[in-house]
Amino acid sequence: MNAHTRPADPAKLIKGATGDWEIIIGMEIHAQVSSKSKLFSGASTEFGGEPNDHVSLVDAAMPGMLPVINAECVAQAVRSGLGLKAEINLTSVFDRKNYFYPDLPQGYQISQYKSPIVGEGEVIVDMLDGSRFTVGIERLHLEQDAGKSLHDQHPTMSFVDLNRSGVALMEIVSRPDLRSADEAKAYVTKLRTILRYLGTCDGDMEKGSLRADVNVSVRRPGEPLGTRCEIKNVNSIRFIGQAIEYEARRQVDILEDGGVIDQETRLFDAGKGETRSMRSKEEAHDYRYFPDPDLLPLELEEAYVEELKRGLPELPDEKKARFVESFGLSSYDAAVLVAERETADFFEAVVAKSDGGARDGKAVANWVINELFGRLNKEGLAVTASPVSAAQLGAIIDLIGEDVISGKIAKDLFEIVWSEGGDPRQIVEDRGMKQVTDTGAIEQAIDAIIAANPDKVEQVKAKPTMLGWFVGQVMKSTGGKANPQAVNALLKAKLGIE
Amino acid sequence: MICNEIRLEPMSVDATTVRRIAHLARIAVTDDDIPHLQGELNAILAFVEELDTVDVTGVEPMTSVTPMALIQREDVVTDGGYPDDIVANAPMTEDHFFMVPKVVE
Repeated sequence: MNAHTRPADPAKLIKGATGDWEIIIGMEIHAQVSSKSKLFSGASTEFGGEPNDHVSLVDAAMPGMLPVINAECVAQAVRSGLGLKAEINLTSVFDRKNYFYPDLPQGYQISQYKSPIVGEGEVIVDMLDGSRFTVGIERLHLEQDAGKSLHDQHPTMSFVDLNRSGVALMEIVSRPDLRSADEAKAYVTKLRTILRYLGTCDGDMEKGSLRADVNVSVRRPGEPLGTRCEIKNVNSIRFIGQAIEYEARRQVDILEDGGVIDQETRLFDAGKGETRSMRSKEEAHDYRYFPDPDLLPLELEEAYVEELKRGLPELPDEKKARFVESFGLSSYDAAVLVAERETADFFEAVVAKSDGGARDGKAVANWVINELFGRLNKEGLAVTASPVSAAQLGAIIDLIGEDVISGKIAKDLFEIVWSEGGDPRQIVEDRGMKQVTDTGAIEQAIDAIIAANPDKVEQVKAKPTMLGWFVGQVMKSTGGKANPQAVNALLKAKLGIE
Repeated sequence: MICNEIRLEPMSVDATTVRRIAHLARIAVTDDDIPHLQGELNAILAFVEELDTVDVTGVEPMTSVTPMALIQREDVVTDGGYPDDIVANAPMTEDHFFMVPKVVE
């Protein structure tokens, strides 16, 4: 296990009154499988819906109902496993996990215990500082989601809606390979990206499509693992970070006061920013798993797995490597672009010319990341809703490359295309935005400025940095359209400075 | 698998185990009921115990004796849309929700 081999990083230790402590984190991510119908019934998985409308008699556990497995959910689990570079188990078994709760009408959850569909894999996580680490995946298994209870509708009663009951989940269990809240957040972000690329989970945390159970313990660097606490059902990446920070500090404080950690299940209270014990949960841990007699073992063919493998899209790690390799992008820019599949697709659409050629990747990356993303973020728009199409942005970049417009004018042009649309080349033509490269016209402007400002001409001879003032004046008198390189060169010649 | 562990002692349950099983299933059992439930459970266990005499060395645990593969269905929505029926047997409902005594941590 990585837990013992990964050396403690001094930068990630937390300071206690009596010395340093290392945080050890493992996660169980529940990812909702993207499918139209449920894991074992033909009811819809669509979010929302009127109470108990997306419920079949199977989901409501009416007597005599039998589960029939959804082939697409199986395929999605296999795709996810392949995306996690994991072994696919050609035989897996569904078990009953027994516990009593009002939103679990069967009295058990159909899950996979001893024989999951996916075995060991790994996720490579890149941090913003350029460091990277590998998180071991222990397993991925298929299971049913439970229904939803509402506790705030009535003073003495809880309301139960079974729309979510029976929806397929993938539980993805990591090794205890994470060492800080930031690492845990980066891991979930990366896992979410991979699943979204694969199209196996939409990763929508606001709708509960991705939830995390976080196991946290602390130890002195190099010592055996401490007792862990499990924080249940944390539903945002920010909260995962907050829950870990709080929980680690809580455990350190207890240990330093000479106390012991009770192994227990805790809840994260987002309002208070703290974790607290779920007292009653302990006894319920007796799940009495046994193979579900309603379901035969799930047997897959090697050829079926191969077929799914061939259909996989390019994954973020490979895409990032290709962007660096083929377009000469920095690792950071490539990481920003591949974080969402749609963004990477947009970037590639801008790079590709209609004649089959390619635009300069670095220039395109600059425009996409700095101008387009900046503008999209400001308006709260997704890249798929960008008012500036890939073709339009490509045309703007071409106009700069051809020296038809300056970089500064290009930004004005981008704004026009953003708010009014249209063909960038035509707009430049119609509105006279072309850069003046005609040296005669530029010279004329320079001469006029020199003639009007004899004092400045004297000053610049002693202080060459004054040149900037002249450049500014020329650009102003040409409406920003003069080619900056030409202006610079001509000014230097006329003013006699090097 | 639990079912083919070889047991040397006959398996039986005591009164505490009966109470625990009842509690896990949320079935209210009075102290008066315990002795006869304990007897019934032990009778079932003794009956099933006969299986322990079979030598299953080298036999894969199985959950079905039918030589068939798990049937899979296509991912299409074919069911649901009848919330009236879903809550029809519930003692208390409101707006198609089931109502249960408050359960909150």
